[in-house]
Amino acid sequence: MPTLTIEPITRIEGHARITLQMNDAGEVEDAKLHITQLRGFERFCEGRPFPEMPSLTARTCGICPVSHLIASSKACDELMAVQIPPAAVRLRRVMNLAQLLQSHALSFFHLSSPDLLLGWDSDPSVRNVFGLMRENPQLARDGIRLRQIGQSIIEGLSGKRVHPAWIVPGGVQSPMTEVMRSEIQALLPEAMEIAERTYRLYRGVVKRFKDESEVFGNVPTLFMGLVDAKGNLEHYDGLLRIKDSEGNIIEQGVRADEYSEVIAEAVEAHSFVKSPYYRPMGYPHGLYRVGPLARLNIVERCGTPAADEALEEFRALSPGKPVSSSFHYHYARLVEMLFAVERLEQLTASNDILDRKVRARARSNKNRGVGISEAPRGTLIHDYTIDDEGRVTGVNLIVATGHNNLAMNRSVLQVARRYVQGPKVTEGMLNRIEAVVRCFDPCMSCASHEFGRMPLDVRVIGHDGSELQRVLRG
Amino acid sequence: MTSPTRVVTLRIDDREVSAREDETILQVARDNEIFIPTLCCLEGLSTWGACRLCLVEVSGSNKLLAACATRVAQDLEVKTNTPRILAYRRTILELLFSERNHVCSVCVANGECELQNLAQRCGVDHIRVSYRYPELSLDLSNDLFRLDPNRCILCTRCVRVCDEIEGAHTWDVMGRGIDCQVITDLKAPWGESKSCTSCGKCVHVCPTGALSQRGTAIAEVHHHRDFLPYLTQMRGERD
Repeated sequence: MPTLTIEPITRIEGHARITLQMNDAGEVEDAKLHITQLRGFERFCEGRPFPEMPSLTARTCGICPVSHLIASSKACDELMAVQIPPAAVRLRRVMNLAQLLQSHALSFFHLSSPDLLLGWDSDPSVRNVFGLMRENPQLARDGIRLRQIGQSIIEGLSGKRVHPAWIVPGGVQSPMTEVMRSEIQALLPEAMEIAERTYRLYRGVVKRFKDESEVFGNVPTLFMGLVDAKGNLEHYDGLLRIKDSEGNIIEQGVRADEYSEVIAEAVEAHSFVKSPYYRPMGYPHGLYRVGPLARLNIVERCGTPAADEALEEFRALSPGKPVSSSFHYHYARLVEMLFAVERLEQLTASNDILDRKVRARARSNKNRGVGISEAPRGTLIHDYTIDDEGRVTGVNLIVATGHNNLAMNRSVLQVARRYVQGPKVTEGMLNRIEAVVRCFDPCMSCASHEFGRMPLDVRVIGHDGSELQRVLRG
Repeated sequence: MTSPTRVVTLRIDDREVSAREDETILQVARDNEIFIPTLCCLEGLSTWGACRLCLVEVSGSNKLLAACATRVAQDLEVKTNTPRILAYRRTILELLFSERNHVCSVCVANGECELQNLAQRCGVDHIRVSYRYPELSLDLSNDLFRLDPNRCILCTRCVRVCDEIEGAHTWDVMGRGIDCQVITDLKAPWGESKSCTSCGKCVHVCPTGALSQRGTAIAEVHHHRDFLPYLTQMRGERD
């Protein structure tokens, strides 16, 4: 039998390259984050029947497939021009929140907490989740358990932890049974305990990171996300709101089908990820951020007691203005964890969730459908056009990592300028560049198979274009 | 007066079994719970012998023979799981996967596909030839059903059920070799077919996700085939 070679192992989402442009004085002139893989979903989905789109596009990601299922199914609901049954909306919300919980847990506990709790300059061989287990076994256990709880809820509803096909155009495949509800409800008190314990711990240590908070992507940008009818935190439905860096609302309620009036996409030669920007401000000035930090900055309230209390404390980080430092994505993520558990409690408490009518059926009745939801990492847009037979003819996906692309580039530059002194790149500096990218929890970090370490390739390029130093990791 | 059917004895995989002389090796193997994989064969339809998955070694023949199309005989020695047979089976399955675009995880028939089941049972966890990935467009012109030629393995069950049971002969086969395709009404779009009665039998006998109902999402195909032996029996009695 011929030998099979799989090379490289981390095929998708796991690779990033950063280039630093130095001037004669040995200071960082420019920095770029290159995302070097091409997935091709927008092209190879063309020609498929639209009901296949949710599961096809869910394969974009193994961490947040539910987000793609939701945005895609909402776009398909639009194509069918149906209003899906209320119980289906509730069930989709439950699965979305369960995913938010497990994804935020992965980002915080597994990927970021080793930096935060073991130190930026600690020995890289122990600066990972295993080092965390030795240093703070309770926290490591909490992370693993919270992620398990989120995954268990997804599995309970759909039979699968990853890539459930359960969310479909028109609703969901099956209703929730009384037994399923009891099983989910039984998990929530422990989830709340973990979320609260972690939040308290982090609130206690966040002051230690004053230096990092100041330069980790602390740049003025717009913030975008969904809000509900009252302007509160929303992950499934609602309208897009955009606030500026001073906290003024500049777009109050953009409908899904109007998104292209406020968002345009630029293409840059150095990266396969497009660079969306706020259309009225042009490129590249119209940079904005999405995700937990942006969501908490744009909302009036969360809408649940513990999360609202935490939101007040979050806002105290930057009184009277949106919290600008991307470092505080971590904080925002923990507030959202509280919210997710509280909302899950509310949603499962009502008997409406057990309603057996969970699917609307129709053929395509429109030729364009746009679905928007909030993925753990931020706003996710699926925009489809189909022909009269229901065959997909055009796909535009704008994912959270794309929205944040310009802001991530600025953040890398800011950190590089602060920490790189002279051409010599140290491990601690490399780790901080890595960490600022990880604040955004971009998809490439969630697919990196090494705990707490993202494959990175840093090149230091001199004034004359020559490569002064190259550091490879992963 | 017709002569009574004789009973013969033969050996399958060193097990002595008895059978009526008009039975095929496949029928006898199944009666005795001996596994022989098939894809084109379906009870209630005529024998086609196209998929070659049921190849077995038979004493007295150097060639491998299709169990679905080979009658039993007295003292026959049949082998169903020699290394040679297992290698052939696996290669046939690999070639089927490479020929079209079978992506189980995002297929409407995921979990209900005979090709997928056989691949799992026969240990096909990867294929050793290049995928061809032909670009074949779907026929979505029918109001009720859809044809995805990317998932078709040319078993011709649809052709046979339409001809033999429904009597419409809407389906047929066009082209040769790698260009072979199932078509409706001399390659008219399915929705414009004059002969199709939209009975849906073809959809239920399809072993893969090539034929399915419109609006079906991933892994939502469910085949109902109980009607087939029943209809065959009823038609037989009427004749």
